[in-house]
Amino acid sequence: MKLTLKVWRQNGPKEKGKIATYQVDDISEDMSFLEMMDVLNNELIEKGEDPVAFDHDCREGICGACSMFINGEAHGPGRGITTCQLHMRSFNDGDTIYIEPWRAAAFPIIKDLVVNRSAFDRIIQSGGFISVNTSGNTLDANAIPIPKSDADAAFDAATCIGCGACVATCKNSSAMLFTSAKISQLSLLPQGKPEAKERVVNMVKQMDLEGFGNCTNTGACAVECPKGISLENVARMNREFLLASTTKS
Amino acid sequence: MALDEKIPEGPLEQKWTKHKNNIRLVNPANKRLIDVIVIGTGLAGGSASASLAEMGYNVKAFCFQDSPRRAHSIAAQGGINAAKNYQNDGDSVYRLFYDTIKGGDYRSREANVYRLAEVSTNIIDQCVAQGVPFARDYGGLLDNRSFGGVQVSRTFYAKGQTGQQLLLGAYSAMSRQISKGKIEMFSRHEMLDMVIVDGKARGIITRNLVTGEIDRHSAHAVVLCSGGYGNVFYLSTNAMGSNATAAWKAHKRGAYMANPCYTQIHPTCIPVSGDYQSKLTLMSESLRNDGRIWVPKTKEHAKAVQAGELKPTAIKEEDRDYYLERRYPSFGNLVPRDVASRAAKERCDAGYGVNKTGNAVFLDFSSAIVRYGKVEANTKGLDSNDEALVQKLGKDVVAAKYGNLFQMYEKITDDNPYETPMKIFPAVHYTMGGLWVDYNLMTTVPGCFACGEANFSDHGANRLGASALMQGLADGYFVLPYTVGDFLASDIRTGPISTDSPEFEAAEKEVKERLSAFVNNPGTKPVDHYHRQLGKIMWEYCGMAREGEGLKKAIVMIQELREDFYKNVRVPGKEDEFNPELEKASRVADFLELGELMCKDALDRNESCGGHFREEMQTEEGEALRDDKNYRYVSAWEWFENPTDAKLHAIELTFDNVELKTRSYK
Ligand SMILES: Cc1cc2nc3c(=O)[nH]c(=O)nc-3n(C[C@H](O)[C@H](O)[C@H](O)COP(=O)(O)OP(=O)(O)OC[C@H]3O[C@@H](n4cnc5c(N)ncnc54)[C@H](O)[C@@H]3O)c2cc1C
Ligand code: SF4
Ligand code: FES
Repeated sequence: MKLTLKVWRQNGPKEKGKIATYQVDDISEDMSFLEMMDVLNNELIEKGEDPVAFDHDCREGICGACSMFINGEAHGPGRGITTCQLHMRSFNDGDTIYIEPWRAAAFPIIKDLVVNRSAFDRIIQSGGFISVNTSGNTLDANAIPIPKSDADAAFDAATCIGCGACVATCKNSSAMLFTSAKISQLSLLPQGKPEAKERVVNMVKQMDLEGFGNCTNTGACAVECPKGISLENVARMNREFLLASTTKS
Repeated sequence: MALDEKIPEGPLEQKWTKHKNNIRLVNPANKRLIDVIVIGTGLAGGSASASLAEMGYNVKAFCFQDSPRRAHSIAAQGGINAAKNYQNDGDSVYRLFYDTIKGGDYRSREANVYRLAEVSTNIIDQCVAQGVPFARDYGGLLDNRSFGGVQVSRTFYAKGQTGQQLLLGAYSAMSRQISKGKIEMFSRHEMLDMVIVDGKARGIITRNLVTGEIDRHSAHAVVLCSGGYGNVFYLSTNAMGSNATAAWKAHKRGAYMANPCYTQIHPTCIPVSGDYQSKLTLMSESLRNDGRIWVPKTKEHAKAVQAGELKPTAIKEEDRDYYLERRYPSFGNLVPRDVASRAAKERCDAGYGVNKTGNAVFLDFSSAIVRYGKVEANTKGLDSNDEALVQKLGKDVVAAKYGNLFQMYEKITDDNPYETPMKIFPAVHYTMGGLWVDYNLMTTVPGCFACGEANFSDHGANRLGASALMQGLADGYFVLPYTVGDFLASDIRTGPISTDSPEFEAAEKEVKERLSAFVNNPGTKPVDHYHRQLGKIMWEYCGMAREGEGLKKAIVMIQELREDFYKNVRVPGKEDEFNPELEKASRVADFLELGELMCKDALDRNESCGGHFREEMQTEEGEALRDDKNYRYVSAWEWFENPTDAKLHAIELTFDNVELKTRSYK
């Protein structure tokens, strides 16, 4: 198929960006979206132009690196997939496709479609862990049975890939879905309980410091989340935050 | 130079404990005076950084991704082995040790493998304490599954995302140390050289991938956890960025490269669909429990399938060749990875492949669907002769077992595997070879260590499923943090290492010159062009089957390609900016050297073992023929000027605890 691509080009964080238009021909339906971008880039290189920068690594939906806002949707059309899992058969010959970066004050643009998501790392550093030493001299793994339902719920929350689609989708650029997923995972497990109060307070504080917006319960984040992280996590985090703030001191 | 493997004396079971008791220690106050660089934040690097920092060393950690959490380990699916014997099925440290040695086709070091099996149980305890949500049974205890090549259930898992959960565990332990200031994290930084001062690894040269700045970093030791080099084949199941550069630069600075030709080709991956293909996707080994592998019996049928004129479902049972069941009646579809891969290649080479490229075989679930459907109908008291009902019930069972894999397959291929067989083909997956290390995980360069997939130590010529995750975490959490002390104990009075020395100066200059040569090259062809060409040569001549004349030819082809690359590659942009093409160029330059060494190593090893199959060395039935008399050694290669001049050091393997046998799966 033949496509028209409208791609956000921006040379650096402080430079002005603009939409550039490119044509690509000979795109096969079996290509992934990123392979289509590879075709574009190799053509640009051969023409002596600057290829489009974008983040990617695993190309199978698990590392969370890829991050394109395609036709107004984080990770493009389709549910439960990342940009790298999107295939060209979701588009038609002759389509025009808009490709933009994640947009959020807390995710400054580095170049073109590449943004800086290190704010997420700092949120985890503020408390997204269990304070146990790595000596291996801990309890036997089966010493504390964990109800299957809790273990499964913790796992579901833990599948967040840290891509930032939730932030990019939210009109307030809120990071509640991401932050609550980690808080839920750890507070659902007995090992995470002792630090639960401090954790929620510290992580929420860091989230605010990074400049992420508030949550107005629209739920768009959960719709676009490639891993189906549920809004229940946000509710759990709010409950825990309230509890921690009222019972502290 | 005779290499000292530093294997402790004494009985196998006591070596590690004794070694830990005898090893030199650095006291806590002195650890604060010592800096350690860790390259990589995968399972090996993430766990090593966290543990070293916790012990008190000052750690500087590096990764090329934007966050340590995105290291390639995140993609591991199936599980992690540990000799917990929770299932009470007779598992033990010895059994895990034995399975691993045998699985590696008797080409790994006994002492290392035993230690790996020994510390495996701690890994699971550690991870659970960190909040890793492993799968559990209804009683709330940890669940296990079985993997290929073994007869017990010792694999711990978290659905199809075990690597993700383990890595996030290591990442959280790292994050804790970062927040304490004990780890300084450098994301989007790539190591481009290692610096040797007075014969010791004392630092690295990095490029900041955002700004292009070249920096010097010094330390008392450098730990390489930079992963495997499967991407030398261009197409593999590895992440796009996985590369050999860190290990290769260390090699060029004196670290020997061991068994580079040992690569693992995984039998069940989604086949290549076109020239634009950028990577291959794994379909978990677990599918072979229920899927039957076949190709058409006649070439006419195969041709018609390839042309899209005949549907697989229209081919009658008697016209199908279930070649694994035919050749290996006792193991059938569950033969080990190397055997299954070669058999698929053999059928496709003979013209029986089943997609338009002729490079695919069927993985068929229709018998399993009927089998499960009948059992379900019978247990529910329904009519097991009602075909539609049986189909429906059977599909439900298969969906419950493999639903997410089937979905992933459908997303990529647009084919529904419940209705028509999957098409699969082998793909490069893992590299057993890597930097040579002694028992302390130190390379031949004093102060330079290697852990995880980057070293060669534990898997011999073939790795068993679910053992790479185990090795990465064993090295990082439990082995290296002790053994590094043996080297660092003499450094407590050294003080900070200056980066102003002529050695740093020279290394930085070399890096800068290399990069500017790329961006100023008046070439025309993109980096990908060369990477693809290299991949084709490697796959053709140094892939699933290798043969002397072919390897010689490949060496010449790679040399020519390398020359062409330096003449004609085009790298757009500048050095001092965000420039992914420049990153790729510098990685492919190293692959172009490594590829030649791999062929050289494969040529030297005139035997077939594990993942290394020399066509000249096979039995009459086409099985691998090992030559223990002449090749029971580790090939450690020393660098001289270029890969062509690499010098072989053959390090004999001794087996005091297991008897060498021929693997048979008939
Ligand atoms: C699809 C797939 C599924 C798998 N499933 C399983 C499984 O179920 N069970 C199992 O046991 N094994 C599995 N494996 C194998 C296993 O995942 C890997 O062997 C293992 O994760 C490697 O870990 P590592 O820490 O050694 O390296 P990696 O995870 O590859 O990490 C390498 C790190 O080094 C960094 N790095 C590399 N070069 C540089 C440089 N020059 N400068 C700075 N940083 C650098 C990277 O940024 C990264 O952080 C699977 C592999 C694949 C591809
Ligand atoms: S919550 Fe979902 S959208 Fe947000 S970072 Fe995690 S996986 Fe991405
Ligand atoms: S590239 Fe890893 S999730 Fe898309």
